[in-house]
Amino acid sequence: MDRMNARVRMQLYGALLLLPAAVLLATFAYLPTIATLINSLFLPGFRGAPTEFVGLENYRLLVEDSTFWRVARNNLIYALGTIPTSIALALAMALFVNARLPGRGFVRMAYFTPTILPMIAAANIWMFFYAPQIGLFNKLLGALGLSGVNWLGDPSVALTSVIVMTVWKEAGFFMIFYLAALQGMPPELREAADLEGTSRWSFFWRVTFPLLMPTTLFVLINALINAVRVVDHLFILTKGGPNNATNLLLYYVYENAFSFFDRTYAATITVVILLVLAIVATVKFSILDRRTHYQ
Amino acid sequence: MSHDSQQRIRLEAVSKHWGETPAVDAISFDVAPGQFVILLGPSGCGKSTTLRMIAGLEQASSGRIHIGERDVTRLPPGDRGISMVFQSYALFPHLDVADNIVFGLRSRKVPREERRERLQRVAELVDLGAYLDRKPSQLSGGQRQRVALARAIISEHPICLMDEPLSNLDARLRGEMRREIKALQSRLGMTVVYVTHDQVEAMSMGDRVILMHDGRIVQDASPDTLYNRPATAFAASFIGSPAMNLVRLVASGEAAVIDGEPGAAVAPMEAAGGQLGLRPEDISVLSPRAPGLPARVIDGEYLGADTILRLAVGNQTLRARLPGKQPLVEGQACRLGWAPSAAHLFGRDGARRDDLTPLPVSAAVGRSSGEGGHSASPPCSGTPPGIPS
Repeated sequence: MDRMNARVRMQLYGALLLLPAAVLLATFAYLPTIATLINSLFLPGFRGAPTEFVGLENYRLLVEDSTFWRVARNNLIYALGTIPTSIALALAMALFVNARLPGRGFVRMAYFTPTILPMIAAANIWMFFYAPQIGLFNKLLGALGLSGVNWLGDPSVALTSVIVMTVWKEAGFFMIFYLAALQGMPPELREAADLEGTSRWSFFWRVTFPLLMPTTLFVLINALINAVRVVDHLFILTKGGPNNATNLLLYYVYENAFSFFDRTYAATITVVILLVLAIVATVKFSILDRRTHYQ
Repeated sequence: MSHDSQQRIRLEAVSKHWGETPAVDAISFDVAPGQFVILLGPSGCGKSTTLRMIAGLEQASSGRIHIGERDVTRLPPGDRGISMVFQSYALFPHLDVADNIVFGLRSRKVPREERRERLQRVAELVDLGAYLDRKPSQLSGGQRQRVALARAIISEHPICLMDEPLSNLDARLRGEMRREIKALQSRLGMTVVYVTHDQVEAMSMGDRVILMHDGRIVQDASPDTLYNRPATAFAASFIGSPAMNLVRLVASGEAAVIDGEPGAAVAPMEAAGGQLGLRPEDISVLSPRAPGLPARVIDGEYLGADTILRLAVGNQTLRARLPGKQPLVEGQACRLGWAPSAAHLFGRDGARRDDLTPLPVSAAVGRSSGEGGHSASPPCSGTPPGIPS
């Protein structure tokens, strides 16, 4: 009886310790997710009319919505354009500033600066770079005698312009993780390889890169989440235009919810995003994890 | 033989400076092919830096390093024909044992077939055959050490450098690996330069020991010479466990005596101001009525096979090693004796003085207090504890 009591008390104790985190997680993650899921099954009620249960009607509309597919394709291009580039750039920068070079601290700080800038401030800086008449890029092109490009106004260029800015913003952030991982690598590994005349290139691919895999995986997940989380710089730079050329999923959710006041349709898109992200993360962790060496 | 001459290592006035302070100060030595040479010294004495300069992992600030006929002072590590075992083993954590061992062969583009053969042979040599597909994290410390050794052996470089390879192992394993490394070295005829701060490793493994202190060579000799004829007071105090007793000598009358004990002359007048060195096992503890140096027991440390006694002589302290358990109590008076040949004299500057002959303090002969009719065993027998002489 006593032992029973002790066990129950122990479990209660554990549950109480978990409670604060559980309450926070439930309130801000699980409840909204469930609410969104339920919302997506209704049509909004206008002018005080009650919402109407329509089952999967919203999902049918979504499949037929050409703008949604356009936005989804934009987001895919955006992800493919930003993730590999920013990761490769981050790794290259980390390798560079990890080596002995004069003014190393300054270079590291310079690389990290874009990350500490608030997104709105960074977007405003790039607005100035991209501006059609007075912008930095077109001024430079003009000095070379070339006609300028409407970086954000031309539908065929606008998405690329947004991608370039994102890479600039993210690479420095990911560099910090790579730099930390590189500093954790014992220098004897390099020395042991040197004694056998291993070239730098060969050492990178046979030792450094495999040992950085856990970091790469972590950065990859982060980059993916960031790729579908973009709202703020679209808000400043393009507002999704021209003609949805730079519209991305989360911004489309925002538009539906707060510009078109179609809350349930926004919820539907959100559910789809969550689903896709969950699948991608599962695949990534189950396949890449097996091939990753953790220290 | 040309292969033999490739193994010769020669250092000529090699120095390494970090800023102003010299870590290694113009040291020179030769390593003959097939020799097992130990670089011994306290931490910070420059022994590891010396080894890393031979390996090419550090650049010498001045001086020349030759391996075989070649001047390798400015050559990259990979071109020097050496292998190295690191203190941390430096195994690649993501590669299994087999890939770790053949890592260097792959760098040198050795064909797959030959790689496999050599791996087979070396794995057998270090007894790792059963572990080839394990990751380093799944191995014990001793096994990791073997992988590191295998990696050095498989390269078939005639010279192997070892940087405190045993310091991460527990005491029992260390003893085993000492014998194993030594056996491998003589079996394969390797030239080994081995860095350690552990005198037991130095004494038991080395054909030759180079004792370093503050970036300089203190003594370069066989373990036997290092132990029996230390060149300086530092060498004397560094080797032996417990280390050699060093007591201050002062002038008294016509001879030098131990500071605070003017009654007994132990060395000629010229030795005053210097130090007298005595190995703990060379001291015999005699009954208070025997001739010899009056002393008083401070305390004893029983170690099983023997007992280390601390003895007060004048205002100096001596340690003596006696066999078995000794029925001595604190404060008990006794007398000490030693053979004149067991006493070492060091000058004011710490250098050995072979020009002076220590004086006999008693009729005691023999190295161990257990031998010889004069040394009583147990000493001071028949004297009730606490009775002054």
